[in-house]
Amino acid sequence: MRKRVSLRNPQLERWDFQLRIKILLSLIVVLFLVLLVRLIWLQVISYSYYHTLAEANRISIVPVVPNRGNIFDRNGITLADNTPTYTLEINPRESAPVDQVIDELSRIITITASDKKLFQKLNEESHGLAPVAIRSRLTEEEIAKFSVHRYAFKGVNIESRLIRNYPLSEATSHVVGYISRINQNDLDRLDDEDKLDAYRGTNHIGKLGIEAHYESLLHGLTGSEQVETDSSGHGVRTLSYSPPVPGTDLILTIDAKLQLAAEKAFGDHRGALVAIDPNTGEILAFVSQPGFDPNLFVDGIDQEHWNELNNSPNRPLNDRALRGQYPPGSTIKPLMALLALNSGVRSAQATISDPGYYALPGSTHHYRDWRTQGHGSVDMHLSIVQSCDTYYYSLANLLGIDQMHDFFTEFGFGKKSGIDLDGELSGLYPSTAWKRKRYHQDWYTGETIISGIGQGYTLVTPLQLANAIATFANHGVMMRPHLLKSTKNPQTNVVTEIKPEVINRIPISDEHYNIIRDAMVDVTKPGGTAAVAGAHASYLIAGKTGTAQVIGVKQGQKYNAGQTSEFHRDHALFVAFAPADKPTIALAVLVENGGHGGSTAAPIARQVMDNYLLGLPTSAVPEPPSTSHSQSEEPEHD
Amino acid sequence: MIKKLIDRFLKPLDKILFNTSLILMIIGLVVLYSASGMDMIKTVGQAKNYLIAFILMWVLASVSPNKIQKLAFPIYFFSLALLIAVALFGEVSHGARRWLHIGSLHLQPSEFMKIAVPLTLASYFDQRGKDRYWFDFMVATLLLLVPVALVIKQPDLGTALLIASSGFYVILLAGLSWRVLLVLFFGALASMPLVWHILHDYQKQRILTLLDPAKDPLGTGYHTLQSMIALGSGGILGKGWLHGTQSHLDFLPEHSTDFIFAVFGEEFGLIGELVFLSLMLIMIVRGFFIATEGSSPFSRLIAGTLSMTLFTYTFVNMGMVSGILPVVGVPLPFLSYGGTSLVTLFISIGILMSVNYHRQLVKQ
Repeated sequence: MRKRVSLRNPQLERWDFQLRIKILLSLIVVLFLVLLVRLIWLQVISYSYYHTLAEANRISIVPVVPNRGNIFDRNGITLADNTPTYTLEINPRESAPVDQVIDELSRIITITASDKKLFQKLNEESHGLAPVAIRSRLTEEEIAKFSVHRYAFKGVNIESRLIRNYPLSEATSHVVGYISRINQNDLDRLDDEDKLDAYRGTNHIGKLGIEAHYESLLHGLTGSEQVETDSSGHGVRTLSYSPPVPGTDLILTIDAKLQLAAEKAFGDHRGALVAIDPNTGEILAFVSQPGFDPNLFVDGIDQEHWNELNNSPNRPLNDRALRGQYPPGSTIKPLMALLALNSGVRSAQATISDPGYYALPGSTHHYRDWRTQGHGSVDMHLSIVQSCDTYYYSLANLLGIDQMHDFFTEFGFGKKSGIDLDGELSGLYPSTAWKRKRYHQDWYTGETIISGIGQGYTLVTPLQLANAIATFANHGVMMRPHLLKSTKNPQTNVVTEIKPEVINRIPISDEHYNIIRDAMVDVTKPGGTAAVAGAHASYLIAGKTGTAQVIGVKQGQKYNAGQTSEFHRDHALFVAFAPADKPTIALAVLVENGGHGGSTAAPIARQVMDNYLLGLPTSAVPEPPSTSHSQSEEPEHD
Repeated sequence: MIKKLIDRFLKPLDKILFNTSLILMIIGLVVLYSASGMDMIKTVGQAKNYLIAFILMWVLASVSPNKIQKLAFPIYFFSLALLIAVALFGEVSHGARRWLHIGSLHLQPSEFMKIAVPLTLASYFDQRGKDRYWFDFMVATLLLLVPVALVIKQPDLGTALLIASSGFYVILLAGLSWRVLLVLFFGALASMPLVWHILHDYQKQRILTLLDPAKDPLGTGYHTLQSMIALGSGGILGKGWLHGTQSHLDFLPEHSTDFIFAVFGEEFGLIGELVFLSLMLIMIVRGFFIATEGSSPFSRLIAGTLSMTLFTYTFVNMGMVSGILPVVGVPLPFLSYGGTSLVTLFISIGILMSVNYHRQLVKQ
């Protein structure tokens, strides 16, 4: 074997060893220098970069969600607020498998199938990463029950949350609307409006009614909290805090008492009622019957309730006051009369002879009056009091559709009223130009005739009708109908009133006004079509009944309510304002398939007016005396 | 009288090594207190470890290198037996078979090898006399590779590399020809693709991570990235003791053991690191000095090797924390929490002192 290293000479061995040590030492120095360069690079040259990263690591900005503004009625009654409720939440990351947990929980407290479904849906959305409520609105008893068994449920907690609450429920559902969970559509819209940041941390957004229209006021401004967090994202301490600005409280023009009175007055009827203060345009009552419970929507409605609401033939989700379009029927007759006077086409004293029908010159087609035998000699006053059709058939023929169109447009027909609610429909008032455009057809004179009594193409929403009658009551000064009376800053309690806004002035002379108003007052007096509803009123009511056909009645046939299925019966309408000499309330009532305006719609209006003007809690209207008798004597109509 | 006793007690201890160790111990305890989240129990526990370690150091410093040399082979074969036992009966934890349970004792025999291997190789070369043949280097390599292979098999690549390096230092200092060294170096370079093939996935991942830690910041790159953030955000002066956000808010993993240097760097900055590096350099240079003054080949080889090992631990750990070396489980001398590594460290220092003390005795 070859000798590899000969180190017999101890000096040589030492020398070799020392050389190697020196080489290693140089290596060490070099490597330590490399390390040093690396450290200098990290800590001096890249300091600010890593400093930022460390800050980003430890600081997270947590949005602080503002409290949503409350909504009150004009007298301070709460229509929407945030009430603390207790929810039972499962955190899937900490709990046993959720199905098992839910099974065990349901032995202690009630968990419905729909609760489970909602939980599963929300749990899927959060990918099992966040606590999700299995039950909301726990009762005291349920909290107690769960607390006893708490030890057995890891990752299940009772949380106190503010939940939107609508105490009047159905009664204000179509005005106040509701908030619900933000969905993808909302996110897209917020993104378009560049408001996504403002909604960080917010789970709910106004979907309907005032809640939707005044979303930006109600929401407030999201605050933020700079929180030092550890690596698992748990807050350790707060570094800085910029408080949220709570949402503005809204005081509505609505009178909750009236809403409730109207709801009660409607009973099982479907329909709508809009009551306006004609002097200001403040909407006192805004009812669409039936309503629905908006509280169901707040945390996501379950399928059963949704199906029930959505499939109900009564269509409770449909806002009839805002989006229901109906023929106005005879309720437009006062305005027709006003147009006759304004245009000078027919004077108040001029009489026509009513044989029970109207026929265009040279035509055999009979436009029937509701009273088969006719009203005899009819002047303007009587035409309104008895709602004579023939009078208005001939008047319409004199005026022509375009003149009528222009006039009614002034009163807000065929256009949106500008109310502070979203989704308003504009109704329709026809004209020759409209028909040409819409159907590429010429206008027929016959269509003018039926337009004279509010049939044919004409469609109005109850809101428009109320707005029109309020405008008349206010001597032609149209105020913008609005629901927001004032806003209140919840921090300073400073109240900002919303100023009434004039949106149109229609010249009406006092003389003309009085002629028509007096006739409308007599409508509610004995001999008028709404005599029953006006009985024993301690104030003067100016009103007009109306009936809107749901299905056409053929020539020579007679409409018979008894033989018509409920949903094909006529809609009953009534417009009114009171006190007639100094109106403070104007309203329109529509009762779907209610038959006659005088018998179903007018009593509802009477109850609301009594409530408003006299402060009477319930109806002051006596039961119509022997209705069957009066009906057999004189077919009640219009 | 008492002074005499203390003098006698302190006599085997090298002043430079002892004082530097004391300073480093104090730094270590101070940093650990912060890194453990002001955990007094842990800090006191580590202080107790230090006490044991210092006692062991004193014992070894008092024992002459000759006696230590005599124990080398018995320790080596005993450790080897334990390693084989681990391979056969060891407990599997985290996918590796590293621990041996004998009664209530939990042993990690690969730790013993860190000392046993250099002792044995130095002893072997010493016994072979002044002439070193090819054969001797082959035997030394074999003595080295058997435990290394067993540790790799566990698998514990980090420890295996440390054992291999300590053995390699002995062979290097024993006079391995530079030509062979060059061949080995290029051979290692050439075999890298092969080694890559043998590596476990997680080991490959660690190396890949090194190249771009930001690639997988929440996965394998997390450790490195967070420790780099800790160091970098510490800046020149550091955030101050107990004010390191990275460790106190738990972003930094293993912040009281393998990654404690990141806490140190975050809180004490570049200045603190320079102090630490200087102290380590003093220890290493002192070790080298002792090695060159060593009275026997065994003394010189073991002192040189242990000094190099001290450097290796320091460099590998700091390289890992600062992101220039892959993540391997190497504790940082003096700072990392843990009794075993502290004991190993102080045994090494004790041996250095023994070499120094007994050389002086011989001279006298």
